[in-house]
Amino acid sequence: MKQRQASRWKSQLGKLPLQISALLSGLIVILILGFLIQQAWPALSEVGVLRLFSDGTWNPTEQVGGASFGMTAMLLGTVFVAGGAILLAAPVGLAIGLFMRFYAPRWLASPYRHVIQLLAGIPSVVFGLWGAVVLVPLIGRYQPPGASLLAGILILGMMILPTVALLAETAIASVPAEYIRASVALGMTRTHIIGKVLLPNAMPGLMTAVVLQTGRAIGETMAVLMVCGNVVQFPGSVFDPVRTLTANIALQMGFALDLHRAALFGSGLILMSLVVVLVWIGHHIQAAQEGSHG
Amino acid sequence: MFNFFSTQNSLRPGMLVLGLMLFAGMILLTGCSEASSQQTTQVKLVLTGSSTVAPLVAEIGKRFESLHPEVRVNVQTGGSSRGVRDAREGLADIGMASRDLKPSEQDMQSFLIAHDGIGIILHKSNSVAALTRQQIIQIYTGKITNWKTFNGKDRSIVIVHKAEGHSTLELFLKYFKLKNTQVKPSVIIGDNEQGIKFVAGNPDALGYVSIGAAEYAEKHGTPLKLLPLEGVPATTAAVQQKRYPFGRPLNLITTNQPSEWAVRFIAFTQSTEVDDLVKDFHYVPIH
Repeated sequence: MKQRQASRWKSQLGKLPLQISALLSGLIVILILGFLIQQAWPALSEVGVLRLFSDGTWNPTEQVGGASFGMTAMLLGTVFVAGGAILLAAPVGLAIGLFMRFYAPRWLASPYRHVIQLLAGIPSVVFGLWGAVVLVPLIGRYQPPGASLLAGILILGMMILPTVALLAETAIASVPAEYIRASVALGMTRTHIIGKVLLPNAMPGLMTAVVLQTGRAIGETMAVLMVCGNVVQFPGSVFDPVRTLTANIALQMGFALDLHRAALFGSGLILMSLVVVLVWIGHHIQAAQEGSHG
Repeated sequence: MFNFFSTQNSLRPGMLVLGLMLFAGMILLTGCSEASSQQTTQVKLVLTGSSTVAPLVAEIGKRFESLHPEVRVNVQTGGSSRGVRDAREGLADIGMASRDLKPSEQDMQSFLIAHDGIGIILHKSNSVAALTRQQIIQIYTGKITNWKTFNGKDRSIVIVHKAEGHSTLELFLKYFKLKNTQVKPSVIIGDNEQGIKFVAGNPDALGYVSIGAAEYAEKHGTPLKLLPLEGVPATTAAVQQKRYPFGRPLNLITTNQPSEWAVRFIAFTQSTEVDDLVKDFHYVPIH
C-alpha cells in the first residue's frame, strides 16, 4: 500500500512539470492573441475593421488627403504566395514520399532521405538570398521585373517541399502493412494499391502535412521579402510583384507610429486568423476522412 | 493485469526525469542569459536607424570597442525614421539618420559624421549614359516605360523604389518633387545592399541608392554604374567638392541629454581617427 502511494506521488511529481509546460504553451498563444488585440485596438476602433479591407490602397503615412489602410491586396498576396507554394509542394512532396517508400532502390533510399532532411534544414534566408541573386534575375530575363509572385511561389515551394515529403512518407508508412499484403494477395497492381488503398488511408496524415506547411508558408517573411518585389497591388499575373502581410510588417514595423503601428498589429491579427481558419479546415477534412473510413 | 501495472510503473521514473529536465532546462536558460550579460559587458551602446550609416558605424564601433573593452556597441538597421524614433523613446542610445532633422524633430540634436549623396544606378550593361531630371521623373511616374526611348534595348524599364521609412526615399521624392503615390514602382527594396543586388542582377533595372554604397560595390566588381545628375558625375569626389546636386549628410541623433558614453562615442566618430573608415565606405569625411 505504502509503495503504491509513493509511486503515485512520484507520478504526480513527474506530471506537474509536464502540466506546467503544457499550460505555458497554451497560455502563450492566448497572451499573444491578447497582446495583438490590445496593440491593434486603436486601428480596429478608429479606422474600423471594415476599412482594413475596403480601403483601396495601403498608405498609412499619407498626410495630404488622409491615410488609407487597405490590406486586401497584401492579404491576397499572402494567400496567393502560400497557396501557390503548397499547390506546387504537395504533389511533388507526395511523389517524393512514394518514391522513398516504394520505388527507390534500397541503396538509394536512405542517402536520399538524408539529402531531403538536409534540404529541410536550410535556413529560409539562404533560400531568399539564392532566390534574389539567381532566380529573380532568371525570371527577369523573360518577364521583367523578375521579383514577382512566381519567384515567391517557387522559393516558398522549394522551402516547404522537403518537410511535405518527409511528413508524406511518414503518413504512408503508417498505413498498416496488412492492408498492403492483403492487396497484393488480391492481385492488385502497385499503381492500384497506391491509388486505392494507400493514399485514402494515408490521407489524414497528408492533410496534416499540407496544413502545417501552408501555415509555415503564410508566416514566412525574409525569403518572401527578398524575392517578391514588395509592391502593394493586386497581381495581374504571376510575373507581377506582390507584397505579403508578413513582408509589410517587416518593412514597416521599424518606424511605424500610432495608427500605422496599430494597423500593422491588425495585419498580424489577420495572419493569425488565417492560420486559425487553416487549422480548422484541416481538422474538418481529417474528421470527415476518418468518419468515412470508419 | 500484473504486467500491465508493472510497465506503467516503469514508465513513471522516466516521466519524472523528463519533466524535471524540462523544468530545469527552462530555469537554466533564463539563469544563463542573466549571468552572461552581467559578466561580459558593463556598458552597452545601442544604435539603430539608417541602413546607409549602419555599416560605417558598425566598423567604427569595432574600433571603439577595441579602445574601450568595457563597451559593447550594438548596431541595428531599420531606416532613419526608426533611428530618430528609437533615440527619442530611449530604445536606442544613439539614432542614425542619413538626412537632416525634420522640423518636427527639433527636440533632438544631430551630429554630422560624414557626407554622402544619392546616385541613380543602372546595370553596367545598360547602354544609356545619362538621364535628365525630367526623364527620371517621367520614368518613375510611369510615363516612359521602355529603354528604347533613350536608344537603349527594347526592354521595359524595371523601376526600383525604396520602402517607406528610409530617408533615401524621402530625399528622392523631395529632390524630384514627387509624391510617393505618383511613383509606379516595379520593385520595392529595403536597404542599399538589397537595391544594389537587385540592379546588379537585372539589366533593365533603374534605381537610386547611396553613392558611397554604390561606389563601394562598383569598386568590388558589382556590375552597376552610377549616372551623372544634371551633368555632374555621381562620385565621392563630386560630393566632397559640393558640386553634386543631390548630397546629404550622415548624422547621429540623440536627445538633449545623451549618456556619457554616447557623447564619447559621438566624439570618436567625429574625430580624425576614423577618417580612414569613412573613406573605406566611400563616404566623405567631415574634416
